[in-house]
This record gives sequence, C-alpha cells and structure tokens, in this order.
Amino acid sequence: MNPVVRRHLTDKIVVAVSFAVTAAILAVLAFILGTLIYNGLAAMKLSLFTESTPPPGSAGGLANAIMGSLMMTVLATLIATPVGILAGTYLAEYARGNKLASVVRFINDVLLSAPSIIIGLFVYTIIVMPMGHFSAWAGTVALAIIAVPIIVRTTEDMLSLVPDTLREAGMALGTPKWMVILHIGYKAAFQGMLTGILLAIARVSGETAPLLFTALNNQFWSMDLNAPMANLPVVIFQFAMSPYADWRELAWGGALLITFTVLVLNVLARVLSSQKKRAA
Amino acid sequence: MSTQIFAPTISGTAATSLGDDEAKEKIGIRDLRFYYGDYEALKGINISIRDRRVTAFIGPSGCGKSTLLRTMNRIYEMYPGQRTTGEINVDGRNILDPKEDLTRLRSNIGMVFQKPTPFPMSIWENVAFGIRLYENLPKADLDERVHWALSRTALWDEVKDKLNQLGTGLSGGQQQRLCIARAVAVKPGILLMDEPASALDPISTAKLEELIAELRDDFCIVIVTHNMQQAARAADYTAFMYLGDLVEYDTSEKIFTNPADKRTRDYVTGRFG
Repeated sequence: MNPVVRRHLTDKIVVAVSFAVTAAILAVLAFILGTLIYNGLAAMKLSLFTESTPPPGSAGGLANAIMGSLMMTVLATLIATPVGILAGTYLAEYARGNKLASVVRFINDVLLSAPSIIIGLFVYTIIVMPMGHFSAWAGTVALAIIAVPIIVRTTEDMLSLVPDTLREAGMALGTPKWMVILHIGYKAAFQGMLTGILLAIARVSGETAPLLFTALNNQFWSMDLNAPMANLPVVIFQFAMSPYADWRELAWGGALLITFTVLVLNVLARVLSSQKKRAA
Repeated sequence: MSTQIFAPTISGTAATSLGDDEAKEKIGIRDLRFYYGDYEALKGINISIRDRRVTAFIGPSGCGKSTLLRTMNRIYEMYPGQRTTGEINVDGRNILDPKEDLTRLRSNIGMVFQKPTPFPMSIWENVAFGIRLYENLPKADLDERVHWALSRTALWDEVKDKLNQLGTGLSGGQQQRLCIARAVAVKPGILLMDEPASALDPISTAKLEELIAELRDDFCIVIVTHNMQQAARAADYTAFMYLGDLVEYDTSEKIFTNPADKRTRDYVTGRFG
C-alpha cells in the first residue's frame, strides 16, 4: 500500500477508535445518571427530607441520614482543614529540600490512595473498640483522616505555585516569615486551597466503608455524637439491598442526593480554579 | 572630604575621581566573599557606595552583580547553602553581623525586583503593607502616607480612582512603580533595584528612569542592570563586575568614555557579554 494512503488510513482508524471509546464511556456515565435520575426522582417527596428512616412497610424519609451525613461531613471538614493546611504549609514553606519533608510527602501520598475500608478498620480499632460502641465521633474521625491528605496535597501544590519573588518581596520589606505566608502566600493561593477543601468534602461525602465500621447507622433521629448516627451512604447500602420496595426507593433518593451534592461541589471547585487561572 | 576608595583587588588601588564627591559613604563593603555551597560567586569585593547618588552595577550574566545586591539586605539568607564572609557597613554598622536585626535592616533598605511583585491585594493595601509593619498609624495618616508614596513615584494620578482595585491589574510599568512606592513608603535610606526595567517596554522604562532621577536626591540608589545605556543615563557611578570580581568603579562618564581596565573597555564597547 502507498505509505501516504496508509498513514491517512491509520489516522482515520485511530480517530474512529478513540471516538468510539470516548462515546462508550460517556454512554455508561449517561446510563448511570439516567437510571439514577429516573429512579431517584420518584423518591423526591417532601417526606424524604422531613421524616426519618422507616421500618419496612411504612412511610418515611431520610431526614436522620441527611442530618447525620451533614453533621459528620461538616465536623470532619472542620477537623481536617486546619490540620491539612498547616501540614501543607509546613511542606511548602518551611521544609523545602529537607529529608523529613520528602518522608511526610510520601506518607501523605500513601494515605491519599489508601483504601477507605482500611481507614474504617483503623478507626474501629482505636475508637470504636475502646468505647465499646459505634459513634458519630468515630465516623467523623474516619472521614477527617480521609480528607486530610487531600487538603495537605492541594495546599502544598497551591503554595508552591506562588512565585518565590513574591516571598522575596515580602521578606525584603522586613516582613516576618509567618506574615509573608499568612498575608501574601495564603492570599495568592486562596482559591486553589479552597478548591482542595471542596474536593475533599466531595470525596468524603460519598464514603461508605469507613462509616460502616464507625458511625454505623441509626434508625432514629439522633444528634448525639456519642451514639451511632444515620448517614446517607450506609442507609443506601442497607436499603438498596433489602427486599422491600419502599426501602429501595429511599435508597435511590439518597443516591441522587449524594450525586447531586458531589456534582455541585465539583462544579464549584472547577469554577473557582478557572477563575484563578484567569486572574494569573 | 576624601574617603578612601577601595578599588579592584586585581589591579591594585585604581585612581578614581570619586574622591572629589562630597557625598558621604552609605554602604561600605570590605573584602566581601559569597558562596553558593562551595562555589565562590564573589571573590573579595571592596567598594564604597555614596549616599544620595545612583550607583549602577553592570557586567555579563553570572558576574555576581545580582548576588552582590542580594547581600546588601541579606535576602539571600532565605535559601540554604548561601553564605558570606567580609563586611558590609551600612551607615557604619556591619550588617553581616549575625546579631543584626533583619527587620530593622530591611526597614532601612527597600528592594525592587526584576519582575514586578505586587502583592495579591489592592493598590492601597500594597503601599500600606510595609508602613503597617513598622508604624501604627491612624487611618487618616496612613491614607496620607500612601498618597505621599504614590505621588513620590509619579503613580498617584494614574491610580487615585482605583486604589481599591488589585495591584496585579495594573500594567507592568505601573506595577513596577507600585513596588517602588511600596518600598519608598517605609522611608528607607537605601533602594536596591535588581534589573528593574528588564521586563518593561521602552516607554515604561523611560518613566522608570525619570523616577530614579527624581528619587536620587533622597535615597542611596543601587541598581543592577544589563542595559549599559541605562547605566550611562541613570547612574552617577558605575561599577563593572566580571567573574565575581569588581573590575572597575568610577563615574559613569569615565566608565563609558575612558575606562582604565581593558576588560571594562571591551565590555562597554560590546566586544563581549
């Protein structure tokens, strides 16, 4: 075959194959979302937000699970954000080129990709077993442990993008280092760091495995952090596999809620980081 | 008044016409050596820089001119593995003394960088940033000082209606003058400028040089530049550096018309560098 014709043919085949694969992946995604929306919308009634999880065969909603997820996610974020930002700041600002930093960075990366079920087991061993019962605290800690490495990583990355000349300019004015970090570094990296926190929240809000070992579930409305607490992922896990149609419908509703939340957080993170790029 | 001028180490004490200048010494550098790890980047610099004059450092890339500038406010200490020996006397006090208070030192020495470095905050906050480090002024006085600094750097008319906008939104030349205003606002005695016009267009460069001429009467200005015309235009004195040595230091007129050292002559006539 003529080499020019052959190259054109190869080109066409490669384009066609990549297009087909992309379409296939998008089709799967569309199928998932379609099923989710179709089944989930049926569950979207006011009672979903006002009533607690019912025993099989009676009416109810997910109010207790929504509240539980919200509480544990918010608390976990409140714990993980300062820890993550401080550690990320240490790595980017104080520990450049130092041995300890590369060890910390490596461990953080391992933690970042650790299966969440292991985090769940870990918290089960150090909190649930000594306490003798499941609790929302344990769930919060497990979620925080998952969120920390994400925030550490984005904080370090975003601070590393702040040019050194800006730090030099701050130092040359006689500004103490902590003030340079606080007033110049954080200010320049703010949007990126916020994006990292949002992504951490998005990741944490869909986690099931760590909650299964820690907060477990609660059939009733409870805001007691020392007691087991209902939460969307575990409720979905239990209800979706049940033989009861009304439970399965609630599971679909919960799944749609989580997906929607994660989607909104991701879009928000994307908008923020694209604004950042335009400003730079 | 005749102050002894320390001239290049290689050719011995060179006769210069600086002795006639009545301006007193602001920065006196004695046998300054600088090391990046094991590499000696400055090989024993001796120079007397005069107050209320503009002194330019020229030389090919890697000659150590920026390094020398960065020792004068000890900004190099931000990075590990960089160290100095010798003396830098500012107003007669050796600032390389480990006991020297860096905050105090840097309140007296402003620095402007190659690329403009406005902080990610408003124009007003940029200028007020340094003032607030050292003085606890009421808002009205602070406003007045910001106004003064921006006027002093010929920026006031251009930014007076947008003081609350981001400093990063200004043009390159305006950003650079904002950085000078930020440094001037603290009322330092010395301004260090590290190739301040290298990122600017010709018109902005001309404005910057005008500004330098304006500020000359109130500050000791040290400027590093690779632009020889700029040194000839803007500086009273010019020092030529080569491979970590100070080769020749004299009035700009002498350096650019009748240099004593062959290497200086070759450089200013464009034979190398």
